[in-house]
Amino acid sequence: MHFDRRARYAPVEAKGVYDMPAERLELPQGTLDLLILKTVALEPHHGWAISERLHQISSATLLIRQGSIYPALHRLERRGLIKARWRTTENNRRAKYYELTRKGRAELDEQTDAWRKLAAAIGQVLETV
Amino acid sequence: MVTDLWHRLRAFVLRRSVEDEMAEEIRFDLEHRTDKYTRAGLSGGEARRRALLEFGGVDQIKEEVRDARGTRLLDELVQDLRYTWRTLMHRPGFTAVVLATLALGIGASTAMFAVVNGVLLQPLPYPEPDRLLSLYEQTDWSTQYGNRWSFSYPNYLDCRDSRTLTLAAFRYVGGTLAGPDQAEYVDGREVSANLMPMLGARIVLGRGFSEAEDAPGGSPVAIISYELWQRQFGGQPAVLGQRIVFEGRPRTIIGVTDTRLQPGGPNDIFLPIGQNPEPRMRDRDVHGVQVWARLRPGVTAAAAQNELAVVGRRLAAQYPASNRGRTFMAEPLRPNVGDVRSTLWLLFGAVNLVLLIACANVASVLLARAVSRERELAMRAALGAGRARLVRQCLTESAVLSVAGGALGVVLASASLAPFIAFWLGTLPRAKSVAIDPQVLVYALAASLASAVLFGLAPALRSATRNLEAALRSGHRTLGGSSRRFHGAFVVAQIALAIVLLVSAGILGRTLLKLSALETGVDTRNVLVARVALSPTVMTTPEHMRASWRDVITRASHLPGVQAVAVVDTVPMRSGNNQLGYATSAATPPPDRQPLALATSVTPGYLAVMGMKLRDGRFIGDEDRFNTTPVVVIDEVLARQAFSTTRAAGRLLWFPQMGPGPFEVVGVVDHVRHWGLAGDDQAAVRAQFYYPFAQLPDPLVRRWSQLMSIAVRTAVPPLTIVEPLRSALRGAASDQVLYEVRTVDQLASDTVAPQRFLVVVFGVFAGLALVLACIGIYGVLAYVTNERVPEFGVRMALGATSGDVMRLVLRQSLGMLAIGTVLGLSAAFGTGRLLQTSVTGVQSMEWPAVATMVALLVAAALLATLVPALRAGRVDPLSALREI
Repeated sequence: MHFDRRARYAPVEAKGVYDMPAERLELPQGTLDLLILKTVALEPHHGWAISERLHQISSATLLIRQGSIYPALHRLERRGLIKARWRTTENNRRAKYYELTRKGRAELDEQTDAWRKLAAAIGQVLETV
Repeated sequence: MVTDLWHRLRAFVLRRSVEDEMAEEIRFDLEHRTDKYTRAGLSGGEARRRALLEFGGVDQIKEEVRDARGTRLLDELVQDLRYTWRTLMHRPGFTAVVLATLALGIGASTAMFAVVNGVLLQPLPYPEPDRLLSLYEQTDWSTQYGNRWSFSYPNYLDCRDSRTLTLAAFRYVGGTLAGPDQAEYVDGREVSANLMPMLGARIVLGRGFSEAEDAPGGSPVAIISYELWQRQFGGQPAVLGQRIVFEGRPRTIIGVTDTRLQPGGPNDIFLPIGQNPEPRMRDRDVHGVQVWARLRPGVTAAAAQNELAVVGRRLAAQYPASNRGRTFMAEPLRPNVGDVRSTLWLLFGAVNLVLLIACANVASVLLARAVSRERELAMRAALGAGRARLVRQCLTESAVLSVAGGALGVVLASASLAPFIAFWLGTLPRAKSVAIDPQVLVYALAASLASAVLFGLAPALRSATRNLEAALRSGHRTLGGSSRRFHGAFVVAQIALAIVLLVSAGILGRTLLKLSALETGVDTRNVLVARVALSPTVMTTPEHMRASWRDVITRASHLPGVQAVAVVDTVPMRSGNNQLGYATSAATPPPDRQPLALATSVTPGYLAVMGMKLRDGRFIGDEDRFNTTPVVVIDEVLARQAFSTTRAAGRLLWFPQMGPGPFEVVGVVDHVRHWGLAGDDQAAVRAQFYYPFAQLPDPLVRRWSQLMSIAVRTAVPPLTIVEPLRSALRGAASDQVLYEVRTVDQLASDTVAPQRFLVVVFGVFAGLALVLACIGIYGVLAYVTNERVPEFGVRMALGATSGDVMRLVLRQSLGMLAIGTVLGLSAAFGTGRLLQTSVTGVQSMEWPAVATMVALLVAAALLATLVPALRAGRVDPLSALREI
């Protein structure tokens, strides 16, 4: 029932809108979800905080069109991996906080594991050949 | 999965607040982002710009979030519905016409389906109806009537102890019911005690028969029908225990049956069959019992059949005189609907042709609109609407129209069911199960959606296949060839369908005219016939019964206004006949080789009453008594068959079933259409003979006395003497009754009632089809001509006359008309064959009627073409060219 139009508006589109360091990396398809899950794994965050954390932790090496975390967040929420709650921030503003569900945690572990194995395997191939 | 669905649903239902939440979430993000750059020292505007750049296109992100919510399809559906609503409301006239067309088409189809469903498709109203069987006897030899027999009662009793089947029996028993008010003749059935439990039929009040009551010497009890309970006892519960007198014997009412229990037809009274003391019930050679059965749990029909065959062989060995070569067969029990099956399917087919025409009409209207909306659609495509989306939108519109039309149609159908059943000639069998039930609603919905696809697909596909750039550039002023072909196809289809209906109506109409002009062979005016049930007190000896009949004739002939009176067993054109084998020599061939003739037992007045013409010799007279020479009067058909001449008086005939003979032919009369105006020519047995009631053998007098009718020729309108006749014949005990009172005019007219009914219904359908087809032709041509005005302008500017232009339009119309007529005629030919096989009396294609109907359609179609053609001829080249 649902139209996934990610393919059409891939994050790449941000390219050329403003200049960026040449060494920035494009995010492989689907990995944004994993990164978001990891970010909210420790404590609930609102969208802006998630975006900033991703930016900081990756030391700005990852090329993410920052707004694209919102579709990802809604998708994850629909899949039941995270849940959202409206809360007041320290500055007394209303914001939507996302936190990991139990299902989300299982998914995170599984995906992390899979990612590590994949990275290791590819690394090994790259080093041996 | 559940979370997913729930989330989508919530997002859809609360889409406004969900939308607000999203907006707030993004605003929050942007504010903080701007804030970050402001704190880094950028000016307000620059900080905002950087924040937006970093975030990406806000509206794009919002769209993606909406996608991620997974409610896009639903959202778009709502949008489409809203859009449809607006466009339809914008053109109320167009909408009303389309809705009315669809409501009529779907409504008529739904009503007809409700009838077909109720009468033909609904199973019997008992639990597990597919496990019910009807049993009959079959012999390995045939008589002139074939080799299927109803059961004899002893054979039923021997089959009853079955391991595979639960058997139940019933037989017809009609008679006089002397109720609290007055005597009336009612139909009844003697039934075995287990018939109702076996079927699973409900007793509304009281109880069923016990096994003790269903045996010789059982207490005299009766169960009455729901209708009789309402009619004679006002639905009072106190009816239980009351006494009624049936056939002169008092009985106690112990129960009231469900209105749906109708073994063998409608009944008013049920008696236990086992109590019947008549000798015929112990005779293995008397067949008159119907047997129904239910398969025991886990038993197949094949196993039951095997067991019946074993019993048959055992009985054949045990009672060779009656049962040699005789076995028992079972077949699925089906509702008895008489001969309405083919009529109903015919009507259902016809009504769906009307629906198809209605769909073609709507399709061409929608198509015309789609063409004029081309620019709008092209604009929407240019603004980013996907092809699939546009098609879906068009289909949504069609679906909305057809479902709304279907809903209106269901209302129409439910309103028209009762009048339709009332209009049905006689009684429609199983009319009680005709209703707008869930199956009918499902049918209506399916018909609506199928219609939507039929009339919506062409416009929808068209919206998608158009060349966007060309459409935007050309505007709406040109009409491509493909569109004209589309339109043409719909007009052709309409014409073809209309021709099928018109030709059918024509064939039926002409057949009816021919039939009505036929001679019945009797003078039908001023003749009254009615069955007479003699007083049960005189049904004792043949002498008593004969005397009673003489008394009936005397009393009737003394009434003022009565010219002639006769007593007769079978009446022409009324149901009931007596077919006997005959031979022209004493060496009679075996029964299955004997030709058959219709035997009628009459008194001397019959010739005068029926106004029949005597061809030769004399009619039966008072001189033909019990002890004089046996005589018969034959009709010209029998005379030709037996003696190859109509001057047959004085010849001899043998009727083995009526005694050793010979019978002297004393006269020849004209043939009488016993089987009615429609059926007689094709009937298998047409030859007739009349024999004196006075010479009926003693053993048969009792049976015949239950069947006889009185026939009266009057000098006054026959219905005015019904009441005088009724009171004159009431008898000493007031228990002698008249029933089935008819005039022979009515009987004659009833024999073509099915044909007349079909003519009326087909006539209405054909008229509807003609009007719809003309509207379709007019609409399409008017539209196409209008669109071609600039083209005509150019043509005229280049020298074409207005006559040339008119010819152009006419040629287009004639082309469609020709193709439609050819297609329609070939389909109509098949329909004509169908009518010949399914409607009695239709014997040929009736080409004059076909020609008339085609001419009618062509004339109407040309008339519909005329207005657009004239308009085309009046095009002013200058203003037309300016429009380009």
